[in-house]
Amino acid sequence: MHRNNIVKLLTLLLLTVTISVKAQHDTHNETPVEDAHSGKDIKTEIKEYINHHLLDSYDFTLFSYTNDAGEHKYIGAPLPVILWDGGLQVFSSSKFNHGETVAEVNGNYYKVYHNKIYKTDAEGTISYDEAHHPTNAKPLDFSITKNVVFIFLVGLLMLFMFSKMAKNYKKSAVPTGLGRLLEPIILYIRDDIAIPNIGKKHYKRYMSYLLTIFFFVWIINLLGLTPLGVNVTNNIAVTLALALMTYFITTFSGNKDYWKHIFWMPGVPTLMKIILAPIELLGTFIKPFSLMIRLYANITAGHIVLMSIIGLMFIFKNWIGSPLSFGLAFALSLLELLVAALQAYIFTMLSALYFGSAVEEHDHH
Amino acid sequence: MEKLIEQFSLGLFVWQLILFIGLVLLLKKFAWKPILNAVNEREEGIKNALDEAENARKEMQNLTADNERILKEARAERDILLKEAREMKEGMIADAKEEAKIQATKVIEQAQATIQAEKQAAIAEIKNQVAELSLSIAEKVVRGELSDKAKQTKLVEDMLKEVTL
Repeated sequence: MHRNNIVKLLTLLLLTVTISVKAQHDTHNETPVEDAHSGKDIKTEIKEYINHHLLDSYDFTLFSYTNDAGEHKYIGAPLPVILWDGGLQVFSSSKFNHGETVAEVNGNYYKVYHNKIYKTDAEGTISYDEAHHPTNAKPLDFSITKNVVFIFLVGLLMLFMFSKMAKNYKKSAVPTGLGRLLEPIILYIRDDIAIPNIGKKHYKRYMSYLLTIFFFVWIINLLGLTPLGVNVTNNIAVTLALALMTYFITTFSGNKDYWKHIFWMPGVPTLMKIILAPIELLGTFIKPFSLMIRLYANITAGHIVLMSIIGLMFIFKNWIGSPLSFGLAFALSLLELLVAALQAYIFTMLSALYFGSAVEEHDHH
Repeated sequence: MEKLIEQFSLGLFVWQLILFIGLVLLLKKFAWKPILNAVNEREEGIKNALDEAENARKEMQNLTADNERILKEARAERDILLKEAREMKEGMIADAKEEAKIQATKVIEQAQATIQAEKQAAIAEIKNQVAELSLSIAEKVVRGELSDKAKQTKLVEDMLKEVTL
């Protein structure tokens, strides 16, 4: 509810700003600010920049700029591209020159188009069908992209953090250092998420998964808010992988009661049982699907709004623009900090709820 | 929806799955298990310590109650003992008094009896002596008087006057 209000307020503000920008254009009869390099107006450029930010990348680029000579310069490191195209093809992403050139590997030519690798000829020609979709062959792509690197780094960080914390317990029963911050969270997940939803009998089996998913989503969301700004949870592939794991764990730990409640709901007339079975079965897929969409949509929306507000600074070039943009961005960043934790909590909470329904033992009297 | 499918990257999906499952397994072995075990142990320890403290407190209470009870009993026993001793003492004194009284009466009686006997004996002795003395006087007088008839009669008469019994 609170969030909705803030979103409404922001929409209202955005609308006012758009109107005032238009008014400005009308009164001063200005031509749109042209970008020297691409010739696009600044609004389109910001939109593209946001879209680009939300996507994965084949390079680990920290930031880019255009120098005086009009060339794009990138600060970062190239990453390995791994393709399966009738054999394993491994090469550095520097061959693409940030999508500007065609990479030639073992006589095959590849080009990046809309953040996907396509197989092309030596000139990098991409042919399109009527709906403007490329018809070029797409090799299976297992590249170590920016997001994969980030997932790996977060994994290493967590491994380092928590194994260190675990070692500290060998020295004393009282947590020290970082453990003092993390232990209440771990206990919270155990006492307020796992035990109430799964039950005292079974919760231990799921603790590792629940703890890992909570801290993984939380940390990766938080790091997505840093100036480094690598968004991982706004990739549908990542949230799908997480949701699928919850789905499979739920499905494989489902007991007799769980399946009985899906296919032959006890306590309702036979006709209802027949109607309920497909609905309940569909429900088992919808639950993890909602997990996937919720995390994806929340993080994506947060980043789009935040970057749009920051983008306002460039559109709205007068004294009011920068403070307004800064104020809004600051407020929204705080909100996003909350959302980062909230989404991790919801994902963990709902996963625990689904596991709980799978192992629940009903008493029919 | 179309945009979502278009954006979907199989490579990222596969990497995420592999890395995440690896992360879960590694963390389970190196972090979650030891952490949760340590926390559980600590909680058990705290619970045990509290239970023990509670037990100790109860035991302490029991001990104090026992002590008090024993003390009370001991006091009561001492009182009884003292009472008994007092009674015994009084009894003994009363007995002794009685005994002494009886003994004294006996002694007195014996003494009186002895005195009586002695007195009787003395009287008898005196009587004997007097008799003997009378006899010897009588003999002497009789011898002197016997020479003079008148004198003899007078003597006997005098003598008889003198002697009063």
